[in-house]
Amino acid sequence: MKHLTEYRDADRARMIAAAIGREALPERRYRIMEFCGGHTHAIFRYGLQDLLPGNVEMVHGPGCPVCVLPAGRLDMAMRIAEMPGVILATYGDMMRVPGEKGRSLLKAKAEGADIRMVYSAADAVALARDNPERQIVFLAIGFETTTPPTALAIRQAKAEGLANFSVFVNHVLTPAALAAILGQSDDKDADDRDMVEIDGILGPSHVSVITGYEPYEFATKAYGKPVVIAGFEPVDVLQSILMVVRQLNEQRCEVENQYIRAVGTGGNAIARKLMADMFERRQSFEWRGLGWIADSALKLRPEWQAFDAELRFDVAYRSLAETKSCECPAILRGQKKPVDCKLFAKACTPETPLGACMVSAEGSCAAYYTYGRHREAAA
Amino acid sequence: MCLAIPAEILELKAAGQALVSVNGIRRVVNTELTPEARPGDYVVLHVGYALGVIDEAEARRTLALLETEGALADPFEDHERAALEAAS
Ligand code: SF4
Repeated sequence: MKHLTEYRDADRARMIAAAIGREALPERRYRIMEFCGGHTHAIFRYGLQDLLPGNVEMVHGPGCPVCVLPAGRLDMAMRIAEMPGVILATYGDMMRVPGEKGRSLLKAKAEGADIRMVYSAADAVALARDNPERQIVFLAIGFETTTPPTALAIRQAKAEGLANFSVFVNHVLTPAALAAILGQSDDKDADDRDMVEIDGILGPSHVSVITGYEPYEFATKAYGKPVVIAGFEPVDVLQSILMVVRQLNEQRCEVENQYIRAVGTGGNAIARKLMADMFERRQSFEWRGLGWIADSALKLRPEWQAFDAELRFDVAYRSLAETKSCECPAILRGQKKPVDCKLFAKACTPETPLGACMVSAEGSCAAYYTYGRHREAAA
Repeated sequence: MCLAIPAEILELKAAGQALVSVNGIRRVVNTELTPEARPGDYVVLHVGYALGVIDEAEARRTLALLETEGALADPFEDHERAALEAAS
């Protein structure tokens, strides 16, 4: 694992942090939004904010798929899970997300619904193979990273003729969420308090392994924000911050790629074709925190609709209110920090999450709680 | 959810599967998205699927570029180093 240890090396990290300290101009602020929850997690885990000069601030973005799924979609999943003969399979992170009135899949399971945790979409296909008398529904969530695995699982089920397999598709698109964030900060009529000021962006790395980095060019062209596609190790994150600082200092505005070792310009052609063949855009999709965004999520194309659980079980969407006083929506927009929520670390902890941001390891509240709270308290 | 990890390909299996090692743990994963991956290569592994191959030469180039920055580096406080090491 040679290159992995090198990208975690403390000396290298300090060296880059020192370069940021030298190059960041004291007379200006650098507000850099890390889009991905994976970056948020790395920033807290390795205490990277502490290595940065005071005028380089990280703003946490909405790139946590568990966090952005609205309560209404979770409610649909529960309604499907409660139908007779159904086994609902999903990623472990989804189990504890609070939905309407705080009800989670875990609770639905305790009340008798057959809900299983799987590591992979392939495991859901295996469940269908092993339980021919049951209906297996895979609750699929995630950005462009988890979409190709879902597509491969559906293709596999079709090849095996598994008529008892379907997917409740909740795949969402990264550029759409980024555009929503940038658009809101651009909206001149918005209340001042609603504005998130961002000077530059750390772009998603693993999403970009699939999509390439062209999808982020709009951020530089339409919004004038430099983007650096950043790997997830501490050295990657710091080097990417340095690259953003340099772009801002030199008044450049481009999409740069720090994560060259895994991201090519065009991404993964096989995965892109697979996604394009199987999915099309929904007209609009509601995001927790960001509201309804046009063209921001995927559904199965008509040729693949036999595998669409929404159609098979005929469940319709309704918008639901999120937990009262949970600040996840503002946190996902980068407007508030977890400590601004009065439930944080009191009623809401990773053991008793009241909002989605406290559930996933990539959620800001969970990252803050696990790695930052004590430092925050001591300061 | 989005946390993906580097995994080393140990052995290619039939039907787009491969035996990989992740931090010393062996498991069979799907490699249909990375048909070019060969034993010894590292892939970005996510929810049981290899999403892309890590380019070893580029990995080294990125690190080499950082070395040139190193020549200019300021000395850092020892406690900051200790904190970073403790976290990693
Ligand atoms: S601490 Fe809990 S309740 Fe508060 S914003 Fe975070 S997830 Fe929501």
